[in-house]
Amino acid sequence: MRKLSNNKQALEELKVIQAESCASSIDGQGCPITPELLSDEQPESDEKDFSRRRFLSMFGAAAGAAAVIGTGIEFLSYRAYAQGAPATNGWTGTGGMTGSGAATMASSEAPPTHQWAMVIDLRACNGCKSCTAACQKAHYLTPDQTWIDVFSLTDSTGQQYHMPRPCMQCENPPCLHVCPVHATFRQDQGVVLVNQDRCIGCRMCMAACPYEARYFNWNSNVTYPPLPVQPTPEFPVPQRLGTVGKCTFCVGNLNHGLLSECAAGCSMGAIYNGDLKTDVGVNSMGTTIKLSKFLDENDAVTFKPEQNTHPRVWYILGHGQNLDAAATAKS
Amino acid sequence: MKKEDVDDRALLPDKAFGNGDHKERDWISDARRAAIAPTIGRTSVRWRLSVALLSLVVLAGFVAWIYQLKHGLGAAGYNDQAFWAVYIVDVIAFIGVSYGGAVISAILRLTGQSWRAPLTRLAEGTALVTVIIGALFIFPHLGRPERFWEILVYVNTSSPLFWDFVAIGTYVLATVVFFYLPLIPDLAIVNKVLGRPDRPARYRLYKALSLNWMGSERQRRLLHGVMSLVALIIVPLAVSVHSVLSWAFATTSRPGWNETILPPYFVIAALYSGTALVIVVASAFRKGYNLQRFITKRHFVRLGYIMAALGLVYAYLTLADMMTDGYTGITTGWISQTVTGRYAPWFWFYVLVGEVLPIVVVAVKRFRNIAGLTTASVGVVIALWVKRIVIVLPPVTQPLIGGHWGSYHFTWVSVTITLAGVAAIPLGLMLLFRLIPVMSIDEMEEMGELGSAEQVSEHTIVAQELLSVGANSNGHSNGHGNGNGHVHGNGIHVPEKEVQL
Ligand code: SF4
Ligand code: SF4
Repeated sequence: MRKLSNNKQALEELKVIQAESCASSIDGQGCPITPELLSDEQPESDEKDFSRRRFLSMFGAAAGAAAVIGTGIEFLSYRAYAQGAPATNGWTGTGGMTGSGAATMASSEAPPTHQWAMVIDLRACNGCKSCTAACQKAHYLTPDQTWIDVFSLTDSTGQQYHMPRPCMQCENPPCLHVCPVHATFRQDQGVVLVNQDRCIGCRMCMAACPYEARYFNWNSNVTYPPLPVQPTPEFPVPQRLGTVGKCTFCVGNLNHGLLSECAAGCSMGAIYNGDLKTDVGVNSMGTTIKLSKFLDENDAVTFKPEQNTHPRVWYILGHGQNLDAAATAKS
Repeated sequence: MKKEDVDDRALLPDKAFGNGDHKERDWISDARRAAIAPTIGRTSVRWRLSVALLSLVVLAGFVAWIYQLKHGLGAAGYNDQAFWAVYIVDVIAFIGVSYGGAVISAILRLTGQSWRAPLTRLAEGTALVTVIIGALFIFPHLGRPERFWEILVYVNTSSPLFWDFVAIGTYVLATVVFFYLPLIPDLAIVNKVLGRPDRPARYRLYKALSLNWMGSERQRRLLHGVMSLVALIIVPLAVSVHSVLSWAFATTSRPGWNETILPPYFVIAALYSGTALVIVVASAFRKGYNLQRFITKRHFVRLGYIMAALGLVYAYLTLADMMTDGYTGITTGWISQTVTGRYAPWFWFYVLVGEVLPIVVVAVKRFRNIAGLTTASVGVVIALWVKRIVIVLPPVTQPLIGGHWGSYHFTWVSVTITLAGVAAIPLGLMLLFRLIPVMSIDEMEEMGELGSAEQVSEHTIVAQELLSVGANSNGHSNGHGNGNGHVHGNGIHVPEKEVQL
């Protein structure tokens, strides 16, 4: 349990960060500011209550309604994602949740303002792994926990190329379907998150994820400095022993108008954070793209489309590169 | 005759076992004696030593688990490229061997095999003990075992693990019932035989559990009906449990796991290893509890045949699996790792000890005896555990995106916890058979005529006459009590194998 002063301090910090970052906000609309974070209301002393309350407030009334049902299950489904979403792989994005991952939100609810996505331009990636380093630094991960990993692969001409692999934030996520306790859930902006207060550590999701995007907390000997905020599914730091963790898309950053840590850390500008709703993407060089046009013109692909996971991460291939090689590459 | 051999039996009132005149009654009274004796009186030093030793091993397992809880699953050798390893293998292997006990007993029951009578209790006991151990191995497998209850509260019916939970839970329940039903008449018999002795607590327990069993025609009909029903249910139930277990693997997209063959593969592996364990347990208790007279070479040979047949089916499934996956070259990674790579020693150990050895032992007449079959069965039980390692580890450590093969290294924690599970089998059985008869007395009596008619050969009759001579001259119980065919009292020696053939 953190001291209250820490929380207050954290709020002050966040205010400053937000003020600074609004200028480079993705949609140029300024920062959507989570009221709760800026209110002076005393955070509840109970750690769980606090994280939960903050968590709920981010998603508004829908989550509140779920809480009223009182089963303890977060019925945080995602809305049908943006109409007119880029259909580069023929998937039109019905947004329908298969399986029992979550109940569908009532249609009267306000649609979420963002549907987060990512574009990784393999032409620009030089394999420096700054994205991995930035992610690990921000989330206090162990060297093994490469939430965004960079694989070195060989293309059809025998040339080496590099492929950063975050969590694909699948729209049809196998990890979510197999989780026995709904610890993995998909919030209404399309980001798949893990509730580490719920996870029983069965690793079924690790078995199910075709992208090896999940990392477990195997050892208790990881030390964390005092952190200003409580762990939440969006910012699960510190990671909890015996539970699973993975890339969160830094959805907290995105919602505050910041780039994800990996995108910000990439000096080559290979990683774009995107929003399907506003059809905008931004990278660390400040390049702003019209997402659908960019994906179309550059023949963007998703990784392992045959898995029917419908990733929210698109790759732009360069010179004869072929992600199928990655799928079958065996060393 | 050694003193401690007699001790327990001397406590039994002689009249409880008939007058010993008639050979048939004699066999039955001996059966009663042999089944009940281990539950009463003082235990032998050897028994107490074994229990103490086994308990120590189990305790060590708990200590290792506490260590693991504190330090995380990394202490057991786990890592992100070997996220499932030894404990899930233990779950499959233990629940697997349990299946053998239950199904062997159920099938023999359903097909009316009278020779099963001395074996059913051992088989069902083994099923009960191992399924509980297997289910408990889920706890070290979980990163957060204290949240296990959430599976029941935050139900996700699309998760294979939820159905694993349902299947295992149902199966444990069914195994308990399957174990308990044949026990009803037995406990009544024991209470009748022993009267109201110095241990009233146990008397009351038996009385409560035997549900007023009088052995009336109506009760018998009812019990038989229910027992057949449960035997009938437990076979498909066990099939479903192992199928569901396999789907935890098969429903993922990993090459090597995502195979249609996995459910029958798991089912047959379970049956195969389970039959082997029944042979091992029967062999051990035959010796340790002086059941030589009732569990004979014939039992072992028949079980051996069943085991060999299952072994062949399993070998066939293994071949079918690896052949189809290996030939196309798309998913050869795990095959080459298995056959020639890192897991080759494990795989070939399975082939030699888990397939070749038992088949040779069963096929060659010279080896087809109790010692040979027991050895082969121990081999099969171990080799099938090893085979599960080969099923789990290569697919889990394979890289799905370029990268390198992962590896799993055993640590003292995972080894200790696994050994604790192994030790818990004999420990559980010994404690169980301290409380309840090691053979189903009622069934032995019911099958008595049949069972012993088959049993009684010329040699046996001669031997029994000799035994009763021994008994008459040696006092009330010595001659019968030994029961292993060696009569030392009068200096008359009847070789064991002649008695049993
Ligand atoms: S990439 Fe893996 S962890 Fe991420 S949503 Fe898809 S299945 Fe889940
Ligand atoms: S490890 Fe946690 S998040 Fe993954 S399936 Fe199990 S409970 Fe769900």
